[in-house]
Amino acid sequence: MKSKAVSAPYLVWMAIFIIVPMLLVAYFAFTDANGAFTLENIARVGQYSNVFLRSIWLAAISTAVSLLLGYPVAYIIAHSSVKRQSALIMLIMLPMWMNFLLRTYAWMTLLEDSGFINSFLTSLGLPAFHMINTQGAVVLGMVYDYIPFMILPLYSVMSKLDPSVVEAAQDLGADGRRVFLRVTLPLSMPGVISGVTMVFVPSVSTFIISKMLGGGGNLMIGDLIDMQFLGTAYNPNLGSAISLVLMVLILICMGIMNEFDDGESQGGGMLL
Amino acid sequence: MKKAVSRVYMALIFVFLYAPILVLVVFSFNDTDTKSRTVWSGFSLRWYEMLFEDRMLLEALRNTLIIAVCAAVGATVLGTVAALGIHSMKSWRKKLVMNITNLPMLNPEIVTGVSLMLLMVFVANLFGVTLGIGSIILAHITFCLPYVILSILPKLGQMDPHLFEAAQDLGCTPGRAFFKVVLPEILSGVVTGMVMAFTLSLDDFIISYFCSGTTQTLPVFIYSMTKKRVSPEINALSTLLFAVILALLLIINLRQGKMGKKAEQEAQA
Amino acid sequence: MKRRTKLAALLLAALLPCLGAPVFAAEETGEAVPLTGEKIYVYNWGEYIADGTDGSLDVNAEFTRRTGIEVDYSTFDTNESLYSKLVSGGASYDVIIPSDYMVSRMINEGMLEKLDFANIPNFEYIDEEYRGMSYDPTNEYSVPYTWGLVGIFYNKQYVTEEIDSWDILWNEKYAGKILMFDNPRDAFGIAQKRLGFSFNSTDEDEWIQAAVLLKEQKPLLQMYVMDQIFDKMESGEAWLAPYYAGDAAVLVESNEDIGFVIPTEQGTNFFVDAMCIPKGCRNKSGAEAYINFLCDPEIAAANMEYIGYSTPETAARELLPEEITSNPIYYPPQEVIDNAEVFVDLPQETSLQLDALWAEVKMGGPGDSLTLVLTLAGFLLLYLGIVVYKKAKRRREL
Repeated sequence: MKSKAVSAPYLVWMAIFIIVPMLLVAYFAFTDANGAFTLENIARVGQYSNVFLRSIWLAAISTAVSLLLGYPVAYIIAHSSVKRQSALIMLIMLPMWMNFLLRTYAWMTLLEDSGFINSFLTSLGLPAFHMINTQGAVVLGMVYDYIPFMILPLYSVMSKLDPSVVEAAQDLGADGRRVFLRVTLPLSMPGVISGVTMVFVPSVSTFIISKMLGGGGNLMIGDLIDMQFLGTAYNPNLGSAISLVLMVLILICMGIMNEFDDGESQGGGMLL
Repeated sequence: MKKAVSRVYMALIFVFLYAPILVLVVFSFNDTDTKSRTVWSGFSLRWYEMLFEDRMLLEALRNTLIIAVCAAVGATVLGTVAALGIHSMKSWRKKLVMNITNLPMLNPEIVTGVSLMLLMVFVANLFGVTLGIGSIILAHITFCLPYVILSILPKLGQMDPHLFEAAQDLGCTPGRAFFKVVLPEILSGVVTGMVMAFTLSLDDFIISYFCSGTTQTLPVFIYSMTKKRVSPEINALSTLLFAVILALLLIINLRQGKMGKKAEQEAQA
Repeated sequence: MKRRTKLAALLLAALLPCLGAPVFAAEETGEAVPLTGEKIYVYNWGEYIADGTDGSLDVNAEFTRRTGIEVDYSTFDTNESLYSKLVSGGASYDVIIPSDYMVSRMINEGMLEKLDFANIPNFEYIDEEYRGMSYDPTNEYSVPYTWGLVGIFYNKQYVTEEIDSWDILWNEKYAGKILMFDNPRDAFGIAQKRLGFSFNSTDEDEWIQAAVLLKEQKPLLQMYVMDQIFDKMESGEAWLAPYYAGDAAVLVESNEDIGFVIPTEQGTNFFVDAMCIPKGCRNKSGAEAYINFLCDPEIAAANMEYIGYSTPETAARELLPEEITSNPIYYPPQEVIDNAEVFVDLPQETSLQLDALWAEVKMGGPGDSLTLVLTLAGFLLLYLGIVVYKKAKRRREL
């Protein structure tokens, strides 16, 4: 009986600050500026399908790159000495503690045509590269900002892997490649799943990285939403409709990821 | 051979992770007029001096700290209570509440920000008030809560469920029983949650951006800075922040190392 | 950056490191008033007030010193985002400085307080021609802060040809080095002038043609920017950018290669930015004191010298150095002004069309709902497929 009283304040909080805001988004999405019901906003979201596709595509690439780069890192860390492990993990996390706007801004100064990397190249007599304001730069920014979210869950799964399982596989005659494909990789799947989720979700909805590194041609869903609420094309109804579609998209993606995960772990948030 | 490869790989990854930060730090000492951010023209501390004369920046810093402390305390208190409540729930109710709790964590941050803004503005208009520190604190508590709850719940799961009842049987009031018996058991989870909430709040930009009204937090201030002529002041600021965080992390890590050792010793005894 | 004052400032900074010593003469009069505990919230354009750097007058600090009212100062980057922030951001400011067309939009939507001119005696210094302008015909809501024209900044090192029209912003030779306004009115305005249309057209077709032109330009652009232009132009990262004449003070002086030109023949935009008090302000008398303070000719002159925009006060203009007032960039000949057009608030229908077109230009062409629906459906099918497959597998295992 008492437990009900204990959870009451939280349930109230939850209703006000989680459920009501979601309902408000839905309300705005289905009404016009005068508050009358309309489906026009939702219909207009379709106009921006290219933005959605671009965001999904760029986020998918960033996630894949993060996974490819991050997996070996997590593997190496998990297989180093215990003392080293915590130091290495801290080094991986450290940049994350710096404001992401500043980190992204730093990449801008690196990648510009007159930026650090190009000045360096030309001072060596090498030809300069055009890097800023390309999709590549956006992907780079996202990988840079979110790769710790990939490495950490991977590491925490791998560090708990029982080494005797690997040894058993080796004893049974599996070569290195087979051990990895048949034992290590499947066992680290929960880490892969939460890592992929934790990189994909912020990537697909980011709204600063694309603006700072992508120039005019590579804006993403986040930019579009920002534009409708606090930006140059004020229309909160359309903005809400876009948010709603984005939310649906994310929920479906999460559902898919959860299906890959065999019901063992509950999302990656705990690993943070 | 294999070791060498993995060493080189790790080195490359760390170069990737730290190169931009290094550039920021080095150029915060650059004695340049703002014309170029890539040409080194001598050592100077002038950007740091300017930083400390920047009243708005200091105020943003103060706001950020106030918000982070309030959000961390609020989220921890509410989250602990919530975790207790959720822990004692049964099957479907627990599942439902957990799913809703996870929502702000799973939802794209921008959607959470926008939805909270809609709510805050709606309420603010109702009462004729404006958004400011208060609304940011409420928003931060909301998005920090799941992290706090999720770091406490496992500790509650590990706790002997009869401890609480035993304490009450021995004459403790429920409140006393909580503070004397339950809290010490879950304390590490509570502290982890609080630290996490504090750092999340400190670093948050997107949600503050949408809920800030006239108030500027440091990340919001930085954002408005990146939209103007960028001065190396921003480098100086990031260097300082980085140094502070580095120091804090070192202290925490050293302490945790000590506590870990202590716990091990106790476990052995 | 003012080179002239910089040396003096550095010397002073060396001599008086902790005083942040006042440089401008106006500051030396009178004792500081103790803080009253009052505060005003000011929302202004970025890079749009003298802030004490490079030996300029720190206008906000000086206001606090004289009145004891603290200033909470923050910046926006476009009229439209100012509007969004006021309408949907739940923010209430005491003083805002929108441009002409936004002032009239806000008046029309009842977002502004009427000013009490008894509290703004310095309004008398505002020149007759800047009173009762079309955006605020009865002059009850606004006091002009600055005015100016839009032109093209270019890097002489890379752009050697003569610039006489907006066409150069569409020149493929400079692809990737062109910047463009990141707000709808200014961006469409340039396209409209190139096409020979009025800024304030209500003809749907004309707006669509302008949008087509902007979409054509987009692949050539480096970025849509507002104040990032300083950074990008000064470092040579970009070579061509349309922007406000006043910023020549900063841009041309910090990089000698940067030139400024106004395409007079096609016509350009003449703008006035005006100080207003939005509804829901918390300290109206403080706000009026602030507006009054900014109209003080001495303050206005010191302020304008730093920000570089043109002042609507002859009294302030007289206090400015000759090299500024005789410079046609800041105070152009009358015929240039006569050929420029002012933005007027658009009727709601046109305004909605503009918002939609602008989002379309920026976000890259109209997509279609079918693609989006198919994408979502694809994901959904994948999800359902996996669920079904797994169920079947489980059943088989049982």
